[in-house]
Amino acid sequence: MTTYIPLADQPSELHDPHTFISKYVWSQDHKVIAIQYGGTAIFVGLIALVLSGLMRLQLGYPNTFAFIDPSNYMQFVTMHGMIMVIYLLTALFLGGFGNYLIPLQIGARDMVFPYLNMLSFWFYLLSVIILLTSFFVSGGPTGAGWTLYPPQSILRGTAGADLGILLMLGSLAVFVVAFTMGGLNYVTTVLQARTHGMTLMRMPLSVWGIFVATILGLFAFPALFVSAVMMTFDKLLGTSFFLPAVMSLGEPLEHAGGSPVLFQHLFWFFGHPEVYIVALPAFGLVSDVLSTHARKNIFGYRMMVWAIVIIGALSFIVWAHHMYVSGMNPYFGFFFAFTTLIIAVPTAIKVYNWVLTLWHGNIRMTVPMLFAMGFIFTFIHGGLTGIFLGNVTVDLPLSDTFFVVAHFHMVMGVSPIMVLFASLYHWFPKLSGKMFNVTLGKIHFWATFLGTYAIYLPMHYLGFLGVPRRYYALGETSFIPDSAMALNANITQAAIFVGVMQLVFIFNIIWSLRNGKPAGHNPWEATSLEWQTPHTPPHHGNWGAKLPVVYRWAYEYAAPGVKDDFVPQNMPPEEVVMQPGVGKFVDRSEEHG
Amino acid sequence: MPFVIALVLLVIISVALHFMSPWWLVPLASNWGTIDDTINITFWVTGFVFITLNLFTAYAIYKFRYNKDRRAKYEPENKKLEIWLTVLTSIGVAAMLAPGLFVWADFVNVPADAHEVEVVGQQWQWSYRYPGADGLLGAADGSLITAKNPFGMDADDPNGQDDILVSSQQMHLPLNRPVKLLLRSKDVLHDYAVAQFRVKMDLVPGSVTYIWLTPTVAGTYDILCEEFCGLAHHVMRGTVVVEDENSYNQWLASNMTYAQFNAQAAGDPQLGQAMYAVCAACHGPNGEGNVALNAPRLAGQEDWYVRRQISYYKQGIRGTNAGDLYGAQMAPMAAVLASDAIVSNVAAYIQTLPDVPAPVTVTGNIDNGRSLFEPTCGVCHSESGKGIWAVNAPKLSGMSDWYLVRQLQYFKTGVRGTHAGDEFGHQMTSMVQSLGDDQAINDVVAYINTLR
Repeated sequence: MTTYIPLADQPSELHDPHTFISKYVWSQDHKVIAIQYGGTAIFVGLIALVLSGLMRLQLGYPNTFAFIDPSNYMQFVTMHGMIMVIYLLTALFLGGFGNYLIPLQIGARDMVFPYLNMLSFWFYLLSVIILLTSFFVSGGPTGAGWTLYPPQSILRGTAGADLGILLMLGSLAVFVVAFTMGGLNYVTTVLQARTHGMTLMRMPLSVWGIFVATILGLFAFPALFVSAVMMTFDKLLGTSFFLPAVMSLGEPLEHAGGSPVLFQHLFWFFGHPEVYIVALPAFGLVSDVLSTHARKNIFGYRMMVWAIVIIGALSFIVWAHHMYVSGMNPYFGFFFAFTTLIIAVPTAIKVYNWVLTLWHGNIRMTVPMLFAMGFIFTFIHGGLTGIFLGNVTVDLPLSDTFFVVAHFHMVMGVSPIMVLFASLYHWFPKLSGKMFNVTLGKIHFWATFLGTYAIYLPMHYLGFLGVPRRYYALGETSFIPDSAMALNANITQAAIFVGVMQLVFIFNIIWSLRNGKPAGHNPWEATSLEWQTPHTPPHHGNWGAKLPVVYRWAYEYAAPGVKDDFVPQNMPPEEVVMQPGVGKFVDRSEEHG
Repeated sequence: MPFVIALVLLVIISVALHFMSPWWLVPLASNWGTIDDTINITFWVTGFVFITLNLFTAYAIYKFRYNKDRRAKYEPENKKLEIWLTVLTSIGVAAMLAPGLFVWADFVNVPADAHEVEVVGQQWQWSYRYPGADGLLGAADGSLITAKNPFGMDADDPNGQDDILVSSQQMHLPLNRPVKLLLRSKDVLHDYAVAQFRVKMDLVPGSVTYIWLTPTVAGTYDILCEEFCGLAHHVMRGTVVVEDENSYNQWLASNMTYAQFNAQAAGDPQLGQAMYAVCAACHGPNGEGNVALNAPRLAGQEDWYVRRQISYYKQGIRGTNAGDLYGAQMAPMAAVLASDAIVSNVAAYIQTLPDVPAPVTVTGNIDNGRSLFEPTCGVCHSESGKGIWAVNAPKLSGMSDWYLVRQLQYFKTGVRGTHAGDEFGHQMTSMVQSLGDDQAINDVVAYINTLR
C-alpha cells in the first residue's frame, strides 16, 4: 500500500550550495534570487530616477540646458517610463518580494522549480543589459514614449527609430520570457507547496496579492510579447501589422493595410493589467505592514482576498479606457467607462478596510508604518483622480495632458513606491538580521512623502489648464500663462529634492548592513511564518529540520485573553500563553466563516 | 502625531489649492459645457471622499496611537458595515458615471445639420479642407500625395474639384454652427486638441476619425497636437479662428479651390529672367550670393521656399523685426515683384541658375556639428541637408554658410520666426534652442558645409 505524501512533505533535494559561485551567483535559493532581482531592479530604478531629473530640468528650465535636445528629451521620457514600470516595479514586486516572501510566508523550503527560478533572474538581467545597451548604439534608445505607438516608433523622425526600438522590443520579449519562468514558479509554489495547515484562506495578503498579480501577468504579458514580435517584423521584414499606407517625411512607404490602433489594443490589453500586476502585490504587502504595526488584524480579510481576485479579473476588461481618444469606435466608450468605474468599488473597499484596520488599533509609528500610511493617502488621491479619467466624458479634455501624468504617477508611481519602501524597511531586519537606522528612515519618509506630493498635486492643475504631456517645450501658447511656467520650475525643484533624498535610503541600507544593530528574529512581533524561522537571516531551506505547521490565519493580533498581543501562525493552541485567570485559548479567527 | 498633523495639513492645502488655483479649465468656447458639468460633479463626489477618508484616517491614527497599556480591539470583520460601505460607494460611482454616459451619447451622435470640415495632420503641421459649393468633400487618399498634390486629392472625383484647400496652419470656423471635423493623418498618429473646445481626438493614418462641436465664442484659439508624433511634436501648432458667418465666408472665398490650385500656371523662367535683374544687383547674376552685400546664395534653393520667403517679405512677415537690418533692405525689393505670378516666374528662373555651392567661410568642429545636426536638424532638412518639401524644410547644403549662421542666431534670439504669420519659422525658434552657443552654431554650419 502506498501512502499519499503531500508535496510539502516530500523529501526533496535542496541543491545545497557549496561554492561561492553556487551560493551567490548561480544560486537556486529563492532568497538569493530575490536579492539579485531586487538589487538589479533598484539599480535600473536609480538610472530611471536620474532620467526623470534630466527631463524635469528641461520642463522646468526650457532653453537652459543645451545638451537636452528634443530627441534626448523624449529618450529620457521613454526610458524613464519603461524602466520604472517594467524593470523596476514589476521586477521588484514579483521577482524581488515574490521570490523572497512566497516560500517563507507559506512555509516552503524554496520555490518548486529552483533551477527555473535561477534562469528567470538571468533572463531578467539579460533583458536589462539589452535595454541599457540601447544607450550606446547609434541613434540612442527609442524616444517613442513608453507606449511605443507605431507608426512613429519605427519611422524616421523619432529618436532611436532604427536600433533603439529594436533593442527595446527585444529586451521586452526577453523580459516576458524571464517573467514567465518566474511566474509559473510562483503560481505553482503557492498552489502546491504550502505547508500543513496553510489553507488558501490563511495565507497572508502579501502572498494573495503576488499570487493573483502573477496570474494576471501570465495572461497579460503574452499580449506585449506578440506586439513586440509583430512590430519587430514590421520594422525588419516589412510586414504591415501596424502600418497602413503612410508617408514618412515626404516619402511613401511600402506598407499597406495595417492598423496602428491594433497595436494600442494589444499594448493596453497588457498595459492595463500591468497596472494591477504592480498594484496587487502592493495592496497585499501594505496590508501586512499595516496590520502588523497597528497591532490589529487586517479588517475584513476575506473581503480583502475577494477584492484582489475581483480587481484582477476586472482588470482584463477595462483596457480601452486608455484609448478613449485613440480613434477607436467611439461606442466602445460606453462599455469601457462602465467596467472601469465598477473597479472603483472593490478598490474603495480595500481602502476602507485599510483605514478600518487602523481604527481600534494600537498604532506603532515605525518607519514601515509611516510609509504604509503615506501609501493610503497617496493611493486615495491617485485612485480618485482615476475616476476622472475613467469616466469617458471627463477624459476628453484631460487626456494627453499633465493631469494624466500626475494621476498615474500618484497611483502607479508614488503609491507603489511608498509600499516598496514600507516593505523594504519592514523586511530588512529579516533579510539582513540587522535593524536600519530609524532617524534616517524617518528623514527619508518625510522627504519622499511631502516631496512627491509637492510635485504631483499642482501638476494636476496644469492638466486642467490643458498643458500637454510629452512636450519638449511649451513655447508660446496663448492659454498657458507665465505662472504655469513658474510652477513647472517649482515642480522641478521638488523633483530634484526628492531624487537626491533617495540617497538617504541607499546610504541607510549600506550603513545598516555593516553597522546596524542585530534585529533579532521577530523585531515587529509579527505573526506570519517568515518571522518564525529558526535562523535570521533564514538559512538555505528556511526551516531547519522540520517544516512549520500552521494553526490559524496570519492576523492573530490582540486576541482576547492572550498574554502577548500576537499569536504566530505556527504556535500550537496549547502553547499560547494566556493572561492570568483566563482559560484556554480559543481561536475565533475563522468563526465568521 | 506629526503624521496626523501632516495629513490634516495636506487635506487643507489640497482643498485650498483647488479653490485658489490660477490654473483651471480655460474659458469654454463650444457647446460642451456638459463636459464641464460632469467634471464638477466628479469633483464634488471625489472631493467629499478625499476629505472624509483622510480626516477619518488622521483621527484614527491620533485616537489609536500607541499606548503600551492598551490592546487593539479584536475585530476580524463587520459584515454590516462592509455592505453599507459597498452600497454607498456604488451609489457615488453611479452618480458620476451616469451623467458622463449621457454626455458621451451626445458626443458620439453627430447632429444631422453639422457641416463637415477636414483636418489633415502630418509631421509636423496642419492643413485643412473645406467642401465647396456642393457641400461634399471629394475623395482623397494618402497614396496620391505628391509635391504637386499635397492633399492626395483624387483628380477624377467631381466632388473634389470645388474643395477648398488651406495649407496655412490657421483654420476658420463659423460661430454657432455645429461642425463635424473629419480627422485624417498622412503619416503617424496626431491629436487635434483645442483646450477651449474641450473635445479632442487622435488622427489615425489609414482611417478617418471625427469629433463634433458647436463653436460658441468668437476668438482665436491654439490647436495643439496632443498625441506624440515625433521629434517636432511640440511645435506642431495651428490656430482656429471662430468668427461670424460673413467673415467666415469671406475668408473661405479667399482660399483656392482644388481646381484653381491645379489651374495655377507654372512659373515661366523666361518671364522671370527679366524681373530677376532686380535681384541680381545684390544676389549676383547667377544667384551665387554676395557676402559683402549680405545677400545669400539663391541658386539651388527650391522654388516653393523661394516663393514663400518673397511672399513673407511682401506681407511684412519677414524684414519687419527691428533686429533684422538686412531683412529691412530686402522687404522693399520684394515689393517690386507685384503679383504671385511674377514671384512664381522669378522662382522658376532661379531654378535654372547653375547649382554651384557657395564658398566656405565658416569653420568649426565638424564632429560636434554632426552630432548636433543628425538627431535634430537632419530629421526635417534631411540627413544630406537637401531639404524636404513635405515638412516645409528648405535646402541647407551648399547654401551661403555665413547666412545660415546669421539665420540660426536670428531664430535663437527671436529676430526671425516670432512673427505670428511665420508658421514654420516658429518651429525653428524652438528647435534651435538646443544649439547652446555661437560655437555650436558654427559647428553645425561647418558640418553642413561638408554636405555638398
